[in-house]
Amino acid sequence: MTVTAIKEYVGVPRDRVENFNGKQLVYVSWDHHLLFAAPFLLCLPPQTSFRELVEGPLSALVQPDPDAAAIDWTKVEWLKSNQPWTPDFDRSLVDNGIGHKDQIRMRTPGLASLSAAA
Amino acid sequence: MDMKVAKKKLGLKEKYRLMTRDLGWEPTYRAKDEVFPYVNYEGIKVHDWDKWEDPFRLTMDSYWKYQAEKERKFYAIIDAHAQNNGHLNITDARYLSALKIFLQAISPGEYAAHKGFARVGREFPGVGTQVACQMQAIDEIRHAQTQIHALSNYNKYYDGFHAFADARDRIWYTSVARSFFDDAMSAGPFEFMIAIGFSFEYVLTNLLFVPFMSGAAYNGDMATVTFGFSAQSDEARHMTLGLECIKFMLEQDPDNLPIVQGWLDKWFWRGFRVLGLVSTMMDYMLPKRVMSWREAWEIYGVENGGALFKDLARYGIRPPKGWDDAEKAIDHMSHQFMLGLYQWSFGTSFHSWIPSDEDMDWLSAKYPTTFDKYYRPRWDHIRKLAAAGTPFKNFGLAKLCQTCQLPVVFTEPDDATMSCHRETEYKGEKYHFCSDGCQHIFDNEPEKYVQAWLPMPSLFQELNGDIGAWMNWVGLRDGEDNGDFVGSRDQRNFDQWRGMATSNL
Repeated sequence: MTVTAIKEYVGVPRDRVENFNGKQLVYVSWDHHLLFAAPFLLCLPPQTSFRELVEGPLSALVQPDPDAAAIDWTKVEWLKSNQPWTPDFDRSLVDNGIGHKDQIRMRTPGLASLSAAA
Repeated sequence: MDMKVAKKKLGLKEKYRLMTRDLGWEPTYRAKDEVFPYVNYEGIKVHDWDKWEDPFRLTMDSYWKYQAEKERKFYAIIDAHAQNNGHLNITDARYLSALKIFLQAISPGEYAAHKGFARVGREFPGVGTQVACQMQAIDEIRHAQTQIHALSNYNKYYDGFHAFADARDRIWYTSVARSFFDDAMSAGPFEFMIAIGFSFEYVLTNLLFVPFMSGAAYNGDMATVTFGFSAQSDEARHMTLGLECIKFMLEQDPDNLPIVQGWLDKWFWRGFRVLGLVSTMMDYMLPKRVMSWREAWEIYGVENGGALFKDLARYGIRPPKGWDDAEKAIDHMSHQFMLGLYQWSFGTSFHSWIPSDEDMDWLSAKYPTTFDKYYRPRWDHIRKLAAAGTPFKNFGLAKLCQTCQLPVVFTEPDDATMSCHRETEYKGEKYHFCSDGCQHIFDNEPEKYVQAWLPMPSLFQELNGDIGAWMNWVGLRDGEDNGDFVGSRDQRNFDQWRGMATSNL
């Protein structure tokens, strides 16, 4: 049984995509850049292009890190659900296969001003 | 001739029997299963409820007498504290942040525990258990009340205290404690007893209350010390009840062991996550510190907890599954947490601050293998940003753990430079976790945790991401309750009033 209960029990998820007023959640984080205490939570329309996500909210959010200015966005390595993955910057989130509550990670080898070696 | 017969006085044992055990009636109009419908579905087998021992043998009449006495002492001291401007005797107004977190996150937990014990006192068929649970239910509501009364005096002078009940229900950093108690209260009676009676009261209570109460004593806060003392003798009874309950379950039937062990694994980890708030308070928020979180863990976690699990080994109980991961997190958690609280301080009903040089030297002495290597560089950079007039605020909000509901601030157990990324899919929906411990809890009962109301996603669901509307809704007054301590109204007022009390200015 998926829950210990006295009878048939079905839970209703609270954060299904239809509850987000036409938008979806995307989590984005930057590996080894823990000045940012947790992955960012973004709420965007699914038609947003990946480029808009990067040049809009993401670029603004990473500004406080001393490595931010040195990011070469054409060389960033990406992961989706912890697997290597290549986004198409000019296509939308949905066309890039970025679903509701997907976690995207970026890696920038060589940039690690505030990070100790593991 | 009339003989005068001395009135026979009841002995303690007899009184206890008459006033507790003797109240257990056998139902005749209804089947016992109908009267106690929740006692079997968790799978715990009980053969003889009379084997439940209550070492305190406390009856209601003596209980009222003891408690009334404590109340009288407590309120006398609280009155004195108010009349003598006790709020100016604390070391520094930064200390108030610890109190605000306590009032918003922990005191409502006392009230939740009250509701839970009142419920399980009705759901258990054994009389000894019923009486002990009823007394604990009354204790818990008394604790909630005395804490609220003790801290209400600070509410007259400082920000961040006024909307603690809304903060408990709605704000994000309290949801770790709220979800802990909601999870326990929606479990069956036996699991509730392990969650609150054993895991919280027995395994973790020292790590929660001792640091808070000695923190209060070290920082001149008589009001808090007083409620600590007033609750202390109750806690001894609660711990005994928790321990008795676990031994009772294990002695009643060998089939109970795996169920009990599963609950211990779960509730140790849930409690450990709540302690994240405590670790931060100890290492960062007390102007005069008692001991480091690491030192507290050594005494109350490793030594006391270790001895307890050694004692329970004869029943086949092993230490909780998350124990090793917990140990690996000890030297990191308070730093990771405080960095989060600082960068999201626009959304906290208390103040945080950048540690001073002296604070950081203390932290590197207490955490020689981690602080300078991982955390000092981040604080140094944050300080640079503040000096440049661009203080660090992280408006990205945070990914939250589906189980403990904390922002995912934690790193891999064996790599402090890597965020811990855990996710799973259940019935087509994605769920994220802060740790293996929290993911295991979800995987065992997904139907329960998919329903979690997570504060940050809800901000977008219900308020379309409008932070101002959210602040109103959680009772947070922007520019007063939140933000950096430096330049806050609390800092200004405390310094001014204290100055008036100690000088001629």
